[in-house]
Amino acid sequence: MISVCLYFQIHQPYRIKKNYSFFDIGLNGQYFDDELNYSVMRKVAEKCYLPAGKILLDLIKKLDGQFKLSFSISGVALEQMQSCSPETIDLFKALVDTGCVEMLSETYYHSLAHLFSEREFKAQVKLHKDKVKELFGVKPMAFRNTELLYDNRLAEIVEGMGYKAILTEGANRILGWRTPNFVYQPKTCSKINLLLKNFILSDDLAFRFSNRNWPGWPLTAEKYASWIHNIAGSGEFVGLFMDYETFGEHQWKDTGIFDFLGNFPEAFLKHKDTAFVTPSETVKCFQPMAKIDVPNTISWADLERDTSAWMGNPLQDSSLSEIYELESKVRKKGDPELTAIWRKLQTSDHFYYMCTKWSSDGAVHKYFNHFDNPEASWVCYQNVVNDFRRRL
Amino acid sequence: MKVLMFGWEFPPFISGGLGTACHGLTQAMSQLGCEILFVLPKTTGEVDIQGPLSVFGADGYPMKDRVVKVGEHSLNLYQEYVEKEASFKTIEFKSPLMPYQNEEEYYLNYEKMEKERLCSIDLKSKSNYGSVTSKVIGEYEFQGGYGAHLMEEVYRFGRFGAEVAMNESFDVIHAHDWMTYPAGIAAKYSSGKPLVIHVHATEFDRSGNSVNQSVYDLERHGMHEADKICAVSHRTKQIIVDHYGIDSSKVEVVHNAVVKNSEDLPIYDRGIKEKTVLFLGRITMQKGPDFFIDAAHLVYKRLKDVQFIMAGSGDLYKRMINRVASLGMQNRFHFTGFLRGAELDRVFSVSDLCIMPSVSEPFGIVPIEAMRFGLPVIVSKQSGVSEILDHAIKIDFWDTELLAEKIIEVLSNEEKTMSMIQKNNENLERIDWKYAAAQIINLYGDFYRD
Repeated sequence: MISVCLYFQIHQPYRIKKNYSFFDIGLNGQYFDDELNYSVMRKVAEKCYLPAGKILLDLIKKLDGQFKLSFSISGVALEQMQSCSPETIDLFKALVDTGCVEMLSETYYHSLAHLFSEREFKAQVKLHKDKVKELFGVKPMAFRNTELLYDNRLAEIVEGMGYKAILTEGANRILGWRTPNFVYQPKTCSKINLLLKNFILSDDLAFRFSNRNWPGWPLTAEKYASWIHNIAGSGEFVGLFMDYETFGEHQWKDTGIFDFLGNFPEAFLKHKDTAFVTPSETVKCFQPMAKIDVPNTISWADLERDTSAWMGNPLQDSSLSEIYELESKVRKKGDPELTAIWRKLQTSDHFYYMCTKWSSDGAVHKYFNHFDNPEASWVCYQNVVNDFRRRL
Repeated sequence: MKVLMFGWEFPPFISGGLGTACHGLTQAMSQLGCEILFVLPKTTGEVDIQGPLSVFGADGYPMKDRVVKVGEHSLNLYQEYVEKEASFKTIEFKSPLMPYQNEEEYYLNYEKMEKERLCSIDLKSKSNYGSVTSKVIGEYEFQGGYGAHLMEEVYRFGRFGAEVAMNESFDVIHAHDWMTYPAGIAAKYSSGKPLVIHVHATEFDRSGNSVNQSVYDLERHGMHEADKICAVSHRTKQIIVDHYGIDSSKVEVVHNAVVKNSEDLPIYDRGIKEKTVLFLGRITMQKGPDFFIDAAHLVYKRLKDVQFIMAGSGDLYKRMINRVASLGMQNRFHFTGFLRGAELDRVFSVSDLCIMPSVSEPFGIVPIEAMRFGLPVIVSKQSGVSEILDHAIKIDFWDTELLAEKIIEVLSNEEKTMSMIQKNNENLERIDWKYAAAQIINLYGDFYRD
């Protein structure tokens, strides 16, 4: 008996204007590059959200309730879908309405708030929960933090907020000899359970699918299903957690990724004693195998699987301390528009652009960066924050 | 008097003070009746099917053909200059070479230019391009291994100098800074006319003690071949005498100036209302950006609202950004990147004090520009400009504590500052390119007086 728990992440930041200059400080309150943000949302919707969503909807109908999955869509992505690609929202509504798709909770602004302000973190989770309820009419019961950032403290906070499950990376250094393919429990919690990403099988799809130098290439649905079947007996479920953009954006259409997506569920279900489960079902079906202790924050990013994609260098640290220092002023001002801007500036992507790590991860950072270099993004971000501070 | 002048930059295509100085000087000289043929290599990458050598000016050179091919932006700027300055012509020589860059940067520029050029060839008939090229530039094979090295370019420009000198008539040759010295020397030998070299900077200013030997050799050769040397300051003259073995009687100090428009200075919206301290210049070791940041940090801790601007770009740009971030000054320390044209006026007009902490500055035009905008200035004693600024505050570049103290004094003591600005304005009256131009024309005259 083996189950698959699928979760796809969707996020698009409000990118700030690359040409927001020193001379704009005090004079220009328009920070975000509407044109760029619109075109990115349209492009990704066309290449990924819409074609992949249609395949998933067909599969759910065809497999009559046997195929299930979950999404986490950041609040800022939902907002931008509403204004730039309403057909994408409609498609997600149709998916949720099948009853086979679970929506997860996260911070509305895809932020690092839990590391800086518990109050702000909770406020953003609440905003996101309300948004999901408003758009899809469902109440999320499972939680995933920005980029699967996770530590003991986060688990305690999230447990206190009533969630039943929390998702994170199955990083080697928290698991040691153990397998990610069981349900665990955070060390300091007694109610909430922990679902871990099987990063080998997840990354086979997300990163290696089209790599012709990889021994697994070409990856067929049958081959992949057999790898998962092999786990039966030494695990209860496999957490396949990845960016939704894997389908059509990171792995282009011509790699055959859509065919794979269309074929995999049936290939997997052909075997007896197999099932797709949502995160909430997973924690209902399986008892936690052990406690997991995560005193230092982990994430699913880069080789380090820690916070170093967003913090640690002077550019990132000065920016983060600057934006969170404004919290009390923003609250005191109580202006909804300014509060929303402050929160948009907390989105983790701004700090990701300032990353100075080099290696193949550096190349990934570069791919997602509309700035020429980390320093240029820092200067631009500071110009914006310096203007914003003047408005408080 | 007709002058064949070799330069590297000319507005609007400038990367540093050299182009601005050449512009101010030549304009003033032509107003005094001096005819100038200005020759420069250029790096703007316009499509130019007539070959890398082209000529234009307002006096019948085949300019019309060229105008059509120049990109929209540069076209307008150039027309403006051409209309204003009817009395001298400019010859262009297409080259990726720019002053103040290392070979790596040069190579990147070169690659970019090659790409643009190849694109342009695709649009035209190849044979046409080729034949024109070989006709115009003779021995240079631009489509081959054209200039992968900075030094090589300098010598190529030198050979070009000889060619120009044979085709044009003139009385004096005048070469600005080391990269044009081979051209000046070649022109001198092919024409027999006297050579004046104009030293805007020396290798000792640019590189401190890690002098590039080939640049030094070129400078030294130029200085020894020259019949007369213009130095932009006494400081520079001293370096020429001490480090290049030149007799001090051969060197004349001609201080730079600024172009003063009669029009009122533009007024800009000022987004930052707090007192603002400006550093403007290339962000390189020579300009002392580190000392500015050190002093800024001292002031930052003592005065609550003061803002700082570092305007410019250069090889230390990223390092300075990281320093400011590490010091946590991001809420009051701003970077503008490279500024040109109206942006320069704008940054002066939104500042309250200008600092030039140069480690070694042959002249340094920035404080004078700042004074035009009514800014008090603090300059390092290691700058040539300090010789003609009687009322500026002068400090040693390394004395950041004193610099911080002076910044605080200027920003806090308004009465004293007002009187300093007043005196600066009087000082400014005495700084004019016409004096430099007259001095140089007089110096040319000496060649023919006997």
